[in-house]
Formats: sequence, structure tokens, C-alpha cells
Amino acid sequence: MEQPGSLKRKENFNEKLKKTWKLIKRQKYLHLMVIPGIIWMIIFNYIPMYGIIIAFKNYTIIDTFNSAPWVGLENFKEFFMDDNFFLVMKNTLGISVLKLIIGFPLPIAFAIMLNELYNSKLKKYVQTISYLPHFFSWVVLGGIMINWLSQTGLMNKVLMGVGIIQEPIVFLAHPKYFWGISIISDIWKELGWNAIIYLAAIAGINPTLYEAAKIDGAGKMAQIWHITLPSIKGTITILFILAVSGILNTNFEQMLVLQNPLNLSASEVIDTFVYKMGLQSLRFSYATAVGLFKSVIAFILLVSANYTSKKINGKALF
Amino acid sequence: MSMRSKGEKTFDIINTVIMVLFCFIIIYPVWYTLVLSFNDASDTMLGGIYWWPRKFSIESYITVIKTPGIFKAFGITISRTVIGVITHVFFTAMVAYGLSKRELAGRKIYLTIGIITMFFNGGLIPTFLLIKKIGLLDNFLVYIIPTLFSFFDLIIFQSFFRELPQSLEESAYIDGANDFQIFIKIVLPLSMPVIATIALFNGVFHWNDFFTGVIYINNPDLQPIQTFLYKVIAQSSSNQMMDAMPATLTNVAKTTSESIKLATMVLTTFPIVTVYPFLQKYFVKGMLLGAVKE
Repeated sequence: MEQPGSLKRKENFNEKLKKTWKLIKRQKYLHLMVIPGIIWMIIFNYIPMYGIIIAFKNYTIIDTFNSAPWVGLENFKEFFMDDNFFLVMKNTLGISVLKLIIGFPLPIAFAIMLNELYNSKLKKYVQTISYLPHFFSWVVLGGIMINWLSQTGLMNKVLMGVGIIQEPIVFLAHPKYFWGISIISDIWKELGWNAIIYLAAIAGINPTLYEAAKIDGAGKMAQIWHITLPSIKGTITILFILAVSGILNTNFEQMLVLQNPLNLSASEVIDTFVYKMGLQSLRFSYATAVGLFKSVIAFILLVSANYTSKKINGKALF
Repeated sequence: MSMRSKGEKTFDIINTVIMVLFCFIIIYPVWYTLVLSFNDASDTMLGGIYWWPRKFSIESYITVIKTPGIFKAFGITISRTVIGVITHVFFTAMVAYGLSKRELAGRKIYLTIGIITMFFNGGLIPTFLLIKKIGLLDNFLVYIIPTLFSFFDLIIFQSFFRELPQSLEESAYIDGANDFQIFIKIVLPLSMPVIATIALFNGVFHWNDFFTGVIYINNPDLQPIQTFLYKVIAQSSSNQMMDAMPATLTNVAKTTSESIKLATMVLTTFPIVTVYPFLQKYFVKGMLLGAVKE
């Protein structure tokens, strides 16, 4: 009874294969265009992903990913036992959570306020100016910060002029100021740029909604609260999920530029720790294990943020 | 005008004030840096300069230009930006064009391979070991090949290509052109807005990247300008931190390490800052395509 069925299926399969092959042949130029990209991804994305196995090995410079001997979870154990573990985790989580709490809502507020600007010429200027710092490198920005926050820098002059402090402070030499400096400089650099997407979303709102609300007597604040915010909720949700998943990516370049031996106790984060362990101390397996630990937490955060958002308002990335 | 209520006017005034203040906070640090870089270095140390150079001088800039190695570093940055952007845009657009065809056999497999790369990566160390193994350490190509392609940019290209009129490609088909010829001769010239967007994103990356130069390059001749600047800033800042002495007056000269740093910062940033306002309308559109679709 089964024979004819499976035979038919096999025939169907062969037919399909033939058809596909014909299709591929007809599309040979398209495939020739796509395949180099796939090869590139296999080399530059997938081989490093495979290379993560050295987190469970004892890799030395003479090894390949495969030839190094397995050591199981040794590298992870060592990281958890490391004196720096709590420090690094505290700084990574502290800086990134504060960046999220403070830095996430500000571009939304900025986009709404910019959109409400009555003078359209001013609006254009503000928008262009707000993008400016995005185009600075962290090296240049770090240079500006170091200049401003030095002993003879502008910050000290202003604070002493107003009478808030009596003695100049070298801000970057004190760990207690580091978190604030890194969060504020990050917001300064990217606030305007991050607002672009919200501005675009706001531009897509149907203007008749506002007309109707005005007739009902809604003031500006009421319009923002009842029309603008609900209309861009979807965009906010998606960007929030992305922000949560990237939460452990304390900005590597920024950290490297602002970090110095005196503020290390507040500025050493997973990324800088991996860099020092791996590329300066050449402890490849250990550094890979620390990096993998970070990725796993980030992945768990992504999945849970996505799940929560799906439950709460039905919007999600996947 | 008369339509606006009192409440709206108050709102508008407060909003305008906040926005102008915001612009000041963005602009002033930049202006201040510019002013100091154009001021006589020994005069700067006397302090009190806020709005305008007191003793105008381009001495710092002259010193920067004379610094050994700086021309080479600028040359590396310019060449990696030009070559990097052209190859990235062409390569990524080519792959994106192929993938934008819904009838492409195996498209789902290709897409899955790509999407995974957006969420997972090997991290710093395995990537470093790969770059080392394939001989890109201390090699100019390390600036070009590992950034040749980006799946995120591919998505932006793809959504643009989908909106191009089908009939153009079909008529080219009938005239005997193949897909690659259509891509080069028809699709690329029509795609200038999206090419400008991606080129700007990628150009900013290449121009500002110092990290590649720090981790993959030892040869000072191959170092880009940002890496050069990073080394200057990192070194002088730790010296500056260590001795709590105020900027010594013994160092009265036409330039100081500080003024040279400022001039270098201005020189490295100038090109990109002059370009972006002109490309603004493109990248606002580009961000939209990249982020809101799907």
C-alpha cells in the first residue's frame, strides 16, 4: 500500500529538484552575485562563532581552534573566582543600566519637542545641530572631555566661578565621577541621532487626529499624551527591545578613551577586561570565556525583553 | 497666528527656549575647542578665553602639519575611507540586489544565514585570531576586507531595490542584458539616494575608527589618523593625570602638547562635519528604511 505513495513522493522530489536546478541555472548571475556575500559571512561571522569553542579549551598561540586541549568550564570558573569579577560586573551593569534608564527616554522627549517647534526654520537648524556630535569620533570627543575636565579646564572654572567648589578637581582622576561622565558624554553624542527614528514615526501620524483633539479642547500636553505617544508606541517598543539586548555593550571605544589608571575601579567593564586579558596578556581562552559570558547574558535579556513586550502590548521583534 | 491659543503660545515659548539651550550645549564645546586651537598657546595658559581667540595664531596647525608621520596617517585614513566605502557599497549592494529577487531559489537559506549574523558574533578574541590566521595583521587590507559587507546595510539596500520600477529591468532583459549588467547599468544609477546614505554611514565609520588601528596594526606607517590621535591623547592624558601640577608656566612656547592635540582634533573632524549637512536629507530617509521596515 505504501509503495506507490513513496514512489510518487520520490518522483515528485526528483521533479522538484530538477525544477530547482533549472531555476538556479536560469538565475546563475543572481547566485553569482549573492554567493560572495555568503562566503564572506561564513569566513568573517561563522568562523569566529565557531572559534568560541576555545572558551572551553586551553588555547595557545601555536594551536588552531581544534587542536587545543579541552578544559571544560575551567575558564569560566576562573572568571567567577577572579577578584575583578564583581568590579567588572558592577561597572558593566551599572553604566549600561543607567545609560538605558536615562538615555532611552531622552531622544523620545527631544523628538516630540522638536516636532512641536512652531518656527520651522529653527526646527531645521536644531535638527542639523543635534546630529553634529554623532559625526565626531570618540577619540576627538574624549580629547574634548579631557580638556574640559582637567584641572585648568572649563568645568572647573565654571564651577569655581559659581562657587560650587573651592578647589579644582581633576574629574577623570576620580572614580566617583566616571559613571556620570560616561553617561552624559554618551547622551551628548547620540541624543539627536537617536531621535531621527522617532521624528520619522511622528511625521507619519495622521494630522486629522490632532485637529479632532483640538476641537475637543485638548491642549498641547494632552495632544502629546493622548495622540503622539500612543502613535509611536510600536517604534518605542522595538527600539527598547534592541536597547535591552545591547545593554551590556558598554561603548568600548568610549571606555578606552576615557579610561586611565586612576579611574580604573569605576571604568573597567567586560569589554575592556576582555581586551586586556586577551590582546595584552594573551590569555585567549580566558578572554573568550569572559566575552561568551557577556553574550549569553545579553541573549537572555533580549529573549526576555521580547517575551515581556509580546505579553504586554503584542509587539515584538520575533 | 490668531488661531493659536494662549496656552499654545506659552508652550511654544518654553519649547523654543529649551531647544535653543540644547543647541548651545551641543555647539559650545565644539566652538570652545575651535577657539582654543586658533589661539596662541602661551596666551591660552593665562586663561579667560571663552568666546573668541584672543591672540589669533595658526602656529599649532603648522606644528601639526610638520609632525612626522601625520601626513602618512592622514593618507591612510583617506585611502581606507575612499577604498573602503566604494568596495563596501558595491559589494553589499550586489549581494542585496541578488537577494532582493523574491523568486531566487534558496533565498530563505541565504537570508537565514545572514539574519543569524545580526544577533550572534564570535566576539573580539576569535575574530582577532581569524584575522591573524588569514594574514591581515599589519596589512592595509584589514581596513577593507573585514568591513566589506554588512547585513544591516543589505536590508536597507534591499528595501530600496524593491521599490524600483520592474518594467525597466524587464525591458533590459528583453534586450538581452543579464542580471549583473542590469545591476550595474540600471539599478545602481537609480539608487543614488540609498548609496549616499550607506556611503555616509560607512564613511563616518572608516574616518572615525581608531580601534582597528589599535588592535590589528603595529606598523606606525599603516596607522590611521584617529589611532595616531588616540595614542597622543592617551599618553598625554595619563601624564597629565599623574602629576597634579597645574599646567606649568615653564612651558611657555608657541605651541603646547595641548594646543597640538586640539589642532589635530579639529583637522580630523573638519572634513566630515562639512559634509554631513548636505547629506542630511539622504540619511534621514536611509535610517527610516533601515529601521521601520519589517
